[in-house]
Amino acid sequence: MAEYDFRDIAAFEGVWVYCEQRQGTLVPTDFELLSEGRKLANEYGCELTGVLLGDGMTDEMAKELAGYGADNIMICDSPLLKEYTTDAYTKVICDLVREYKPAVLLIGASTIGRDLAPRCAARLHTGLTADATHLDVDTAEYIEFLKTSSYPGYVESQKFDMEDRNLKMTRPAFGGHLMATIICPRFRPQMSTVRPGVLKKAPFDQAKADAVKITRPEFSLTAEDCKTEVLSVEKAAKKLVDLSGADVIVSVGRGIGKDVEKGIALAEQLAEVLGGGVVGASRAVVDSGWITADHQVGQTGKTVRPKIYVALGISGAIQHVAGMQDSETIIAVNKNEDAPIFGVADYGICGDLFKVVPELIKQIELAKK
Amino acid sequence: MKAIVCLKQVPDTSGKVAVKDNGQLDRGSMATITNPDDLNALEAALQLKETIGCDEVVVVSMGPPAAENMLRECIARGADRGVLVCGGEFAGSDTFATSQIIAAAINKIGVGPEDIVFCGRQAIDGDTAQVGPQIAEKLNIPQVTYVTEIKKEGDALICKRALEDGFMVVKVKTPCLLTCIKELNEPRYMSVSGIFGAYDKQIEIYDYPALKDDPLIETDTIGLKGSPTNVFKSFTPPQKGAGQMLTSDSPETELAGILTGKHLI
Repeated sequence: MAEYDFRDIAAFEGVWVYCEQRQGTLVPTDFELLSEGRKLANEYGCELTGVLLGDGMTDEMAKELAGYGADNIMICDSPLLKEYTTDAYTKVICDLVREYKPAVLLIGASTIGRDLAPRCAARLHTGLTADATHLDVDTAEYIEFLKTSSYPGYVESQKFDMEDRNLKMTRPAFGGHLMATIICPRFRPQMSTVRPGVLKKAPFDQAKADAVKITRPEFSLTAEDCKTEVLSVEKAAKKLVDLSGADVIVSVGRGIGKDVEKGIALAEQLAEVLGGGVVGASRAVVDSGWITADHQVGQTGKTVRPKIYVALGISGAIQHVAGMQDSETIIAVNKNEDAPIFGVADYGICGDLFKVVPELIKQIELAKK
Repeated sequence: MKAIVCLKQVPDTSGKVAVKDNGQLDRGSMATITNPDDLNALEAALQLKETIGCDEVVVVSMGPPAAENMLRECIARGADRGVLVCGGEFAGSDTFATSQIIAAAINKIGVGPEDIVFCGRQAIDGDTAQVGPQIAEKLNIPQVTYVTEIKKEGDALICKRALEDGFMVVKVKTPCLLTCIKELNEPRYMSVSGIFGAYDKQIEIYDYPALKDDPLIETDTIGLKGSPTNVFKSFTPPQKGAGQMLTSDSPETELAGILTGKHLI
């Protein structure tokens, strides 16, 4: 094997996606990343490989992954990989990268991915972009993206090298007030974590699944490589709220303070009549202890893009707005007509949520008949 | 044993975020705070000192000279010693570059077999959550991230680390690095005597000459120029068209009509 040189750009080829599993179940982000990885592999004219680590990983799992665009699935299977540990997973992935030299490595920005990716990037001596929400290779494609995602006149004010082949990794910064496109021009692989729930999943392609090349490469891993030991993995006692998968989210803010219990109950009822949604919350509500943290929408909470997002008594701090502004239809109810939330809402009602919401529930029920 | 706590001074993005015409953050016009998760890291170290009596709690930050005040506030909360990593050569560093500089500073402070490095999960200005794990890698010590509970057991720590849908209990031997989240504890306030004491303490400054010979420092990958990642473009998103305020006598009826009209319900 030739010596590994992270500066030798030309030696690196191929797009890799780290495929995460939890207790033997693939996570939805895998499919989003592979779908996006397919696009990038096409732009580079190279193959897309999914890398799956665990204990008891099957060919069926590999086929399911490949249905979203992978040419190859590489499986590393070992009892030492049964539970995620930073040391074991980092070692196996870095050893594979050193041997096969992919040009791109994408990792989902889950609580696991955000533990694994920086450790790998530091070991591989390369850069790492955090929480990307858009990826491009071709400059022409990137310019198209910019036209719809930047303020008018920006694209015209910039110079572009149409031959540039660096991966352009775009992420929101400072609560979504700024977008930054990051490149890693001197070192390889080009690494990014990718925010879950943002990139679109492609339709499952059975032909692609059937054609997948599954490999189980040799790797070396011993118990001594793992400095940490997982004693147990436990699900939260209470079922946590799945905000990222919800079609309808009704969120509450400080405005429910007058009667917290009633405010949350109204949000639940409204979510129900709008089609079985879930209740979200601003950071203020979570910090006040009115609702648990799994309900939090926003920068340090979750990014959501449901079909309908209702903000009740939420002023619209930028962190919150960053977490929900891509929702398809946004409705805001707030007493203060100057509340910033009205700036992102499609429809706004200025009024007391304790009066507006019961009436709105009634009118929606009537309209549905 | 000692506890080394890494903290960052950040612009307060919960208030007004000021963006300059060129699309860059106008840091000068924004208030600065200690990064919230980092205060949880400090609290964890102080609690450890109180319960099992570690020798000292050292607070470390990389930043401009003004970050010295933040370190004094940490001392007023109970930390014993403050180190500011400060130098023009470090400016503009990405997470890779930053972590090697801070790791070199921690090396200089010295990591003993029983020591623990504490970081916050992530800083609110960049939200990357990368620097903690990257410091651990450079120092070649194990890490546990998203920590919500810490117990000491012999020469090991038993940590509860948060997952999206639950948690994992992880045993890790010292020396190690932990990144802390707000569920871990409630950060204490500064004490009056602490505030007086803080101004008698000397904050140590580690500049570029102080760190450049550390084996962890690669002089060609620090600062803006050396950082592996570069900002290719930065831009502000288009203003979303103003929405429609519903102002009829019954805006609720109007909204229900719009939602059915658009087949949203």
